[in-house]
Amino acid sequence: MSTISRDEVARVAALARIDLRPDEVTRLAGELDVIVESVARVSEVATADVPATSHPLPLTNVFRDDVPEPALPVQDVLAGAPQQENGRFAVPQILGEE
Amino acid sequence: MTAATTTDLVAYEDAVRRYDPVLGIEVHVELGTLTKMFCAAEVAYGGEPNTQVTPVSLGLPGALPVVNGKAVEYAIRIGLALNCTIAESCRFARKNYFYPDVPKNFQTSQYDEPIAFDGWIDIELDDGEVFRVEIERAHMEEDAGKNTHVGGATGRIQGAEYSLVDYNRAGIPLVEIVTRPIEGAGERAPEVARAYVQTLRDIFRSLDVSEARMERGNVRADVNLSLRPTPESPLGTRTETKNVNSFRSIERAVRYEVSRQAGVLDAGLPVIQETRHFHEEDGTTSSGRVKSDAEDYRYFPEPDLVPVAPSREWVEEIRATLPEMPVARRRRLQKEWGYADAEMRDVVNAGAVELIEATIAAGTSAAGARKWWMGELARRAKQDEITLEDLVVTPAQIAQLQGLIESGRINDKIARQVLEGVLAGEGDPEAVVVSRGLEIVSDDGALLTAIDDALAAQPDIVEKVRGGNQGPVGAIIGAVMKATKGQADAKRVRELVLDRIGS
Amino acid sequence: MTNDITRLSASDLASALRSKTITSVEATQAHLDRIAAVDGDLHAFLHVSSDEALATAAEVDAKRAGGEELHPLAGVPIAVKDVVVTKGLPTTAGSKILERWIPPYDATLVERIKAAGLPILGKTNMDEFAMGSSTEHSAFGNTKNPWDLDRIPGGSGGGSAAAVAGFEAPLAIGTDTGGSIRQPGAVTGTVGVKPTYGGVSRYGLIAMASSLDQAGPVTRTVLDAALLHELIGGHDPHDSTSINEPVPGVVAAARQGAKGDLKGLRVGVVKELSGEGYQAGVSARFDESLEQLRALGAEVVEVSCPSFAYALDAYYLIMPAEASSNLAKFDGMRFGLRVEPADGPVTAERVMGATRGAGFGDEVKRRVILGTYALSAGYYDAYYGSAQKVRTLIQRDFAAAFERADVLVSPTAPTTAFKFGEKLDDPLAMYLNDVATIPANLAGVPGMSLPNGLSDDGLPVGFQILAPAKADDRLYRVGAALEAALESSWGGPILNKAPELKTTELAR
Repeated sequence: MSTISRDEVARVAALARIDLRPDEVTRLAGELDVIVESVARVSEVATADVPATSHPLPLTNVFRDDVPEPALPVQDVLAGAPQQENGRFAVPQILGEE
Repeated sequence: MTAATTTDLVAYEDAVRRYDPVLGIEVHVELGTLTKMFCAAEVAYGGEPNTQVTPVSLGLPGALPVVNGKAVEYAIRIGLALNCTIAESCRFARKNYFYPDVPKNFQTSQYDEPIAFDGWIDIELDDGEVFRVEIERAHMEEDAGKNTHVGGATGRIQGAEYSLVDYNRAGIPLVEIVTRPIEGAGERAPEVARAYVQTLRDIFRSLDVSEARMERGNVRADVNLSLRPTPESPLGTRTETKNVNSFRSIERAVRYEVSRQAGVLDAGLPVIQETRHFHEEDGTTSSGRVKSDAEDYRYFPEPDLVPVAPSREWVEEIRATLPEMPVARRRRLQKEWGYADAEMRDVVNAGAVELIEATIAAGTSAAGARKWWMGELARRAKQDEITLEDLVVTPAQIAQLQGLIESGRINDKIARQVLEGVLAGEGDPEAVVVSRGLEIVSDDGALLTAIDDALAAQPDIVEKVRGGNQGPVGAIIGAVMKATKGQADAKRVRELVLDRIGS
Repeated sequence: MTNDITRLSASDLASALRSKTITSVEATQAHLDRIAAVDGDLHAFLHVSSDEALATAAEVDAKRAGGEELHPLAGVPIAVKDVVVTKGLPTTAGSKILERWIPPYDATLVERIKAAGLPILGKTNMDEFAMGSSTEHSAFGNTKNPWDLDRIPGGSGGGSAAAVAGFEAPLAIGTDTGGSIRQPGAVTGTVGVKPTYGGVSRYGLIAMASSLDQAGPVTRTVLDAALLHELIGGHDPHDSTSINEPVPGVVAAARQGAKGDLKGLRVGVVKELSGEGYQAGVSARFDESLEQLRALGAEVVEVSCPSFAYALDAYYLIMPAEASSNLAKFDGMRFGLRVEPADGPVTAERVMGATRGAGFGDEVKRRVILGTYALSAGYYDAYYGSAQKVRTLIQRDFAAAFERADVLVSPTAPTTAFKFGEKLDDPLAMYLNDVATIPANLAGVPGMSLPNGLSDDGLPVGFQILAPAKADDRLYRVGAALEAALESSWGGPILNKAPELKTTELAR
């Protein structure tokens, strides 16, 4: 019995923009339990007094000068485009927010 | 879910009598750096599509961001001008959402650790009243690319068959400024919203961090609005009207939303928390996407970037270079120029402060500068539907033009013709006067010949004037002006006529 | 047919090139011939760039003939893991979603390789987006272990390890997010080094988990690894997490270590990375290696790193979370595969879903879904946030351990190479391969795996050395000393014990 439901997997798959077949949803629902177990173990030691580490080495203020460098040639920019038109990337119709 | 609620609008005055509007405004400003936020692609307005991208701003596999230090400096300048606290340390975060104009499918932004927070700004309303807006935060982020919708009638997203994407804008540095709920504006909410954004625009310009041109999208405002029965009531459900991109539209959008939401509430319906789009054509807003819990941006600290920890020395260094803020500066200038309140307000609203200041700096009197920019030039701009600063004439040229009048080399009427030439690209006023042969005839000899001719033609007038009635002198002057094709100095002509008759 | 040139270490090959005993064209051709002869079986390469490699070789030969000053490794061929972008050469990261994509730019480390004149032989196979420990998750077929073609070469960098172990290349580039350089090294009898996080630029590495990924050398000897490390390492202004300091003196340390004197060195055995779950032969070789180190003068102490017990859990929260975001860009809009939905309206949103559904393999989908879940509303603090706290604890454990020892050691992997399919349906068993390698990634410290013998099954075993951040040179000193001692006890490199690969007659 998995902790993460098929519905939850389907919701997350939609959020991640991955079409899953029904059998994949079922399989992942079972496999994702591993994460729940990991969380349970990790939370044993991840107490409030422990600070989080997001970077292995503590660097700060890595900045670049505001000096232009050559852009990619436009033919290189578009070389990988599945579809293009007039120097732009052609993409299927966009629904939703403008 | 997104079906438009079709309740009646409530007349604005009625709506604000019965409901208390609360505003919240998010302003995005594109910084005027030479390169993008996270890569060295040059930023220039109006480039050919996809010619200002690098692997980073195109989101190619393997590319990594590096923060533009100048953009950080500009963000700090903005934060300080808005009386914010500058974070001792802050981070970038990824805002994850899929959209074709977002090349990485996440926007690198700041989330729980903005660079500036807890500020305020005083704005001046039309009647001179000062209103304080509290700033919650100002954070750094990057702009998205631009979609062009192809097919379908209107070029709008609905009905388009496909879209074309240009990533030149993707990665341009933005600072987003978020207010706390703006309460107490009452019926003046539309004006407060407009004046706030206008004040920010002026601040960006005076800080020299952005060209801040609304019409180019350098400054974009999202206006949140909610209504509540009384100022004591808890906040109502808000809507967010996106990308309202002119000062006038901001006022109209707020007015419309007040009327609309009042109608919804009057009908006993709930206001739906949603994004709304403003329509310039008729001043209405329409429902966009419904904001719901499904909007899950999965923010987490950007692991490809390290924290930004501006040293206090750096912050103080920046603070020391901050210019005078617009409201204070305006007060000072008004006093210096001796303009009445109404005059100054018109100048501000026309966006003419800097132009007049520069014209005065070039040697013109305050009155003279105002006469031009608020008179003939304002008329011209209006006629051509452009802003004053888009007129192809510089403050220095206006100063020169006024100088020509004051030195008597041309008169007001001729000056208009000279301006004509300047606007037509014929060069500076001096050059136009010469090339068009518009110099005033101030050679007394030539004038006297014309005067004598005129007097000889109308001997009765001479008699009348000699009899003590100066009224008819105008007729003589008119005849002389006509004879000299308007290029005579009327004052001098009058002197000479009286002198001639009297002799 | 065995070609002598391909048996040379990179260092020896470089000497031969310098003394003009052979040319780079000869050396490059010899390796291309070897690839042609054995790669049909091994499948270490996804793409072989013969023309480009030979052109580079000819250029280097011409420069050398002209007396130009060259990089010490100039003319020595190299293989590059397919997760590293190479301008003009296909780069797939082992994924269908990038099939036929040709990057328009070079990774920084590739720029350095090109500038130094190393001919790039081709791109090596890997688990899709470096997600796996067996290379079975490549969308383009398995790479075989040269020691036993029925067994996995490790992963994700199985292609680079197999190419080096199979004498197809003297040098290769790997990347290591949780052990993808070191574990393949262990199971193929080769040397692999994960430098300190930030030691080698990540610019141009197709990211899996940004805060864990690190590129490094894959070679047959410790000295070769040092030479390559020195070439690709060092500050890169295009990577904000790059260390702005000179590369530690790794080559000097390797040469010093090879002299075999480890007197005064304190070696810490990590208690938590041994014992239960480790194959008997693996443990036996580990103990023997400790004896060797003592014999070389080192003092061996036991250290405890209790938080390592949570490393795997933390890793499987952080890695998928970052990967889910890093892999969002593969959506069929700008480059790579685009798949339209089988039915219904063709919208951008649905094309993205169809493209990612068709273009990603099972393991990638699993991790992206897992990571999306871990970051989604309401879970962040408990998941990603907590895991980052574990990172702090692991760093503290390392700090305490490095108070007592100059380097830490453990077996690299709990077992020798397993058979294809053995763990494919059991992600947890697969993940356990990385239990000893993951702590270094979480803490950002450098680690090396080098072969320390054969297990009872006759397959190679790896010995892992870990050093404090930015002290990568210690790995090389200890590694080179142990390598020299072991090779003298074996009477030659361990790969001499590997079975000869069947070669296909060349039709050239």
